[in-house]
Formats: sequence, C-alpha cells, structure tokens
Amino acid sequence: MTALRFDPIRLPESCRALRAEVRGFLADEAAAGAFDPRDDAGGEADAEAFARKVGARGWIGMTWPKVYGGQERSYLERYVVTEEMRVANAPTDRFFVADRQSGPTLLRYGGEAIKRSILPRVARGELCFCIGMSEPDSGSDLFAAKARATRTETGWRLRGTKIWVTNARQADYMIGLFRTSPPTRENRRHGLTSFLIDMTAPGVACNPIAKMSGRNDFNEVVFDEVFVADDHVLGEIDDAWKQATSELAYERSGPERFLETYGALTALIDAAGSEPNRAVAAGIGRLAAELHTLRRMSVSVAGMLESGREPVVEAAIVKDLGTIWEQSLPHRVRGFAGFLEGGEDSRDSLEATLAFYLRIAPKLTIQGGTTEILRGIIARGLGLR
Amino acid sequence: MTDSESLVVATAERVFAKFADPQTILKATDGAWAEAAWAALEEAGLPLAWVPEELGGAGAALEDGFAALRAAGRFAVALPLAETLLAGWLLATAGIPSPPGRMSVAPARPGDALALGADGRLRGSARGVPFARDAEHLAALATAEGTAVVALVRAGDCRMTPRTALAGDPLDLVDFSGALPLAVAPSGLAPEELLRMGAAARAQQIAGALQTMLEISVRHAAERVAFDRPIARFQAVQHNLARLGGEAAAAVASAVSAADTVAHEGLAGDAALLEIASAKTRAGASAEAGAAIAHQTLGAIGFTAEHVLHRFTLRALGWRDDFGDETFWSARLGAVIAARGADALWPLFASR
Repeated sequence: MTALRFDPIRLPESCRALRAEVRGFLADEAAAGAFDPRDDAGGEADAEAFARKVGARGWIGMTWPKVYGGQERSYLERYVVTEEMRVANAPTDRFFVADRQSGPTLLRYGGEAIKRSILPRVARGELCFCIGMSEPDSGSDLFAAKARATRTETGWRLRGTKIWVTNARQADYMIGLFRTSPPTRENRRHGLTSFLIDMTAPGVACNPIAKMSGRNDFNEVVFDEVFVADDHVLGEIDDAWKQATSELAYERSGPERFLETYGALTALIDAAGSEPNRAVAAGIGRLAAELHTLRRMSVSVAGMLESGREPVVEAAIVKDLGTIWEQSLPHRVRGFAGFLEGGEDSRDSLEATLAFYLRIAPKLTIQGGTTEILRGIIARGLGLR
Repeated sequence: MTDSESLVVATAERVFAKFADPQTILKATDGAWAEAAWAALEEAGLPLAWVPEELGGAGAALEDGFAALRAAGRFAVALPLAETLLAGWLLATAGIPSPPGRMSVAPARPGDALALGADGRLRGSARGVPFARDAEHLAALATAEGTAVVALVRAGDCRMTPRTALAGDPLDLVDFSGALPLAVAPSGLAPEELLRMGAAARAQQIAGALQTMLEISVRHAAERVAFDRPIARFQAVQHNLARLGGEAAAAVASAVSAADTVAHEGLAGDAALLEIASAKTRAGASAEAGAAIAHQTLGAIGFTAEHVLHRFTLRALGWRDDFGDETFWSARLGAVIAARGADALWPLFASR
C-alpha cells in the first residue's frame, strides 16, 4: 500500500519577500481600479491589461526555464503568487490556464520551435489558452472522444466538436484532444493525439453556452476542416492518454481547489463582528481549521513537486477534499449565519455574497476531474484497483 | 522526517511491535504485557524523551516525541506514554526533575482549575485525567496567588474516582484537595498552554490510529470475498476507502504541521493556536468519519471483540475529548479570528 505523505513544509524566506511584493502589487492595482478585491464574481476587470502587468512582473510561468521566458523559480514561490491572487479576487482568467496547465504541457511535449515562439509570449501575459477535452458524448470518459484529426500532406485536418470549454472565445490557443486512430481491442485509450490549435485558424467557431451561475465564459467549439501543421502535434501520435492523465496532476492540488468560495467565509466573519456568540465563533473556527488543513496539505504537495516527485494520489486527495469543502462552504456559512444576532445590514450583504457562491458551488466538484474520477485514482493508489 | 525522528520512530515501533502488538494484547488475560512494554519503553528512554538530561530525561527534540506519539497511535498503545511525556515536559518548564515511572497531567479539560494554597497544599479537582490511577506521579499546573506553578504530586496522595474512556482506558476524576506536592516551582506557562500541548499530542495519536484504520480496511477489502469477488472490486467500497484515505491524510497533515510549529515556534500566539486548534479539530473530525468507514468496510467482523479494529476506532474517538474537544478549540480559534477581523484571516493562514 502506498504510504500517504504530507510533510510539513515551512515556506522559505524567499517566499516571504515575494508574498509582500505580490500583496503590494495587488493593493496598488486594486487602488488604481484595475479590479475590485471585494467583488467575488470578478466583475468588469480588464483581464487583458492585468495579465500583461502580471507577466511584466515575471509571475506567469515562473517555474519555467529562462530560455522559454520563465524565471526558474520554485513551485513554492509559484504557489504563493497563485494563492495571493486567488484570495484577492484578481482577474487571472486570461493567463491562469496557461500558467498552470498548458504551459507545462508545451514544455514537456512541445517541439523546440513551438516552445521558443509561444512560451515567452505566455510568460509575458500576451496569450490566453483553453483546453479542449470534453465532447457532447464524452465528459469524464476522455477516451470516448470522437472529434477526429486526419492526416494531410503537411499536417492534420480537425473535424468535430469540443464542449464546455472555458474562455474559448478569448483564447488564442487551445490544447485539444483528437482521435487519430480507432481504439484497439487491448487498449481503449489508444488512438488519441494532443494538438496545439490556433483559435484564429479558418474553420474554428465558438458558440457561447450560458451557465446557471450567470457567468458567460463557457463555449462549444466546432472544428470544420481546421488545418494544423505537423509541428503542432504535442507528444506521441495515438498516445496522448498518457499525457492527458499526467497533465491533470498539475491542476489538481493548487490553492484554487479550495479557495474558490473563500469570500463566503470572510463574509461570515464580517457579519459576525468582533465578538460573536459561541455558536458563531465555533462555526468560524471549524471552517478555519478545515481550510488551514487543506492549505497545509496543498503546500505539502507543492513541496513534493518541487523535490521532483509526482504526487498523483496526494494531489487527488487534496482536490477531492478541497472541492467538496469549498462546495459545502457557502451552505455551511448559511447554516452558521442562523446563529447571528442583529445587524440586518451585514446580513443582507452576507446573503448577497452567498447567492453568488451557492450558484457556482455545483461545478466545483466537476471541473478538472470529478469527485468520482478522483476517488478512482485514490483507490488505485491504495492498491484497490 | 529528520534522522533523529526516524531513529525514535524506529525504536518506538520496535518496542510496540514486540511488547504491545494489538492482536497479542487482545488475547492477553492479565496486564503482564503492560509491565513488559513499559519497561521496554523506559529502557529506550521514550517516556521522558521531552525531559532534559539534567532533569533525568533523554533530552530529545519535541518533534521526535510527537513522531513517537504518531507511532503509538498506529499501534493504539494503551499505556500512559503521551501522559508521561506531557508530565515530564510540564515539570521541565518549571525546572523540576522527573521521577521514573508512569505519570499523568492535570488539568486535562478546559475549565478545570487547580490552586496551591498558602499552606502549601493543592485545592481543586480535575476531570478526565488519563491513566491517573495507573500513574505513580501526577504533574499539575496550578495557580498560587495569581502566578502559575507546576507541582509534582504523588498519585497516592490524591483521591481518585475511577472512570473509563470509550476504549476502556482509565480516565479518572482526580481530587487534589489537601495533597502536599513533592516539589513546586513557578512556570512561565499560561494555563491554556498545557491544553495546547496536550491537544497537539492527542492529534498525533489520532492521526496514527487513522493510518492503521486505513491499512486494516484496505487489507480486509482485498481479502474478504463477497458476491464471488474481493469486496475491493466494488466501486462503492473503493470510494468509501478513498474517502478514508483522505480523512487519514488530513489528520496526519494537520497533526504534523502542528507538531512542527510547536517544535520550532513554541505554543504561544495566534499562529500556534491556529495550528493546534486545527489539528485537534480536524483529526477529531477524521476520527469520526474514518472510524465509521473502517467499521462499515469490516462489517460484523470488525464489530467483534476479538478483532483489533475497535482498539483503534474507540481510542481515536475517545482521544477527541482530552485536552479540549473540537467545539472548545473551534470556538477558541473562531473567537480569535473574529477579534482580528476578516482581513486579518488570510495573513494568519499565509504565515504558516
């Protein structure tokens, strides 16, 4: 049986200085009106300008090699930047997917020319990425993908539909999974290939899909004979399932996997005032204890990544516990709010905050690997499958 | 894990495996195993690990002792190892040498207070003192005219009302009134700091017990056949055990983080409160969820007296009550967070 390890990581001194720097930057940006830290929904911020400013600071792709525009800083330093941005409600939408997922994928599987031309632009905050995995008939079951890539003289032609793609309309590139061969009898995962796709290429069409939360960043992306050059194939042809699953490990355990509804907790503390009754205090304390534990686990995973390990099971555990927790947070805050006494104004503001979080809560245990998929991974790590 | 931590853990595990194996203890008809196990622990210097050499102990680092307590939890050790460690540590804060033998500490519950009168005798009683009736000495934190003092008391000089914890271990009501301490000295400790240290210790034990609950459950699921296949093949069982893995992981992570903080930054301040309150609260929650899943996995087999599972589940559940339960620590932490205000919460988390 795999021994689960979560060593206590003490963040190094370099992280302390960096954190102060990030907080100063965010405070200045907020003061200048670039975004509103109290606006949980993200509002009307100019995400594009913000991405370039963050890029100029060297905080996108900061763990990547300098030759590709990175800073060669540690995973723990990246962790600090990510969590400070998340808690400040900073508008990271344009660069976060590339920083967390697409960039590392390109680093690992992209050709040299692609890496040299694209990664520095990602690091400067100039490029937005989206991920094309799900299809109308395949969500969690990635290997059921039907969208096809067919060989041509000089590359590939893509046909089919990807769905529930966040930020597709803003994105400059997609990393998408396409079928290049039928699955074999021995291996149903066989036959999928990962492509880097220019979203401005002829034949790419994005159709918005409205979400129940009211946000408008979901899309269906239709590929109608879209040409992709040979050097835009990422990794092995027909063997992308290996990279698609390892790719997810990067995105599983970060602070965004338990801080998505953090504003509900601070709203409760605001409404509670400085001397709440014991029921409210115990509620706040319990939520804080759980959040602290999740963060310590998540930092520990960042420490493992830093030391070159691949903590697949530990990362899955953090995401499973973290997303269930952040999903339940607004509901539990609502429960503890029943013990609040007086202060109708603060109650109104709390209820408005909760209304936003209660609407986004259902998605938190679905995106980037559902609870059921995660538990399957953990069970495999325990030797049960 | 540091090298010395590994050495202490290896030593502790060797002693537990040889003298305190849960299966052997279940079959034991008398307490002879406990005598042999305790002698081996003393031989290895574990009970007084936290006592400096000049005060009669082994002078080990705090994190080594915490690591030994996680190991003790993994074996569900029913001996006053944590209690003697805590007593020795408490006495050492006042410069009082530790006697050999079993000890325990008081107060072990929030709200209990002991006083040292002008006549040099103690007053007051303490509830839920673990292993008090098995101890030769008790270390007590009391107040004498408003200042904190530590007193070393002969257990036989106190009136004991025997009570038991969930797992059947002693958890006694101790009336100290009239007892004349063998030694008294002032201590810089705040009253809550003994509770904090005790809570940090209990969190390690609970975390250790959860690791073994997970191991027992996974092994059982792989071996037990039902409906023509090992029950580990059923997705419902797999997902339950994945949850148990998460609960064990959360307990271990919060416990080691608190241990690391106490060892390197001490017990005072809001950050130590966050770490310790979180560990005790989170490990306590894991005990509830984890014990339920472990028992569900083992079914009726795990509910029999002859199976070792209950040694782990009942101890972990009982340890939740010692040195402040989840409600006490949550309310303490929540009151401090509310007083600091919402904007000061994130910096507190991020300071860790």
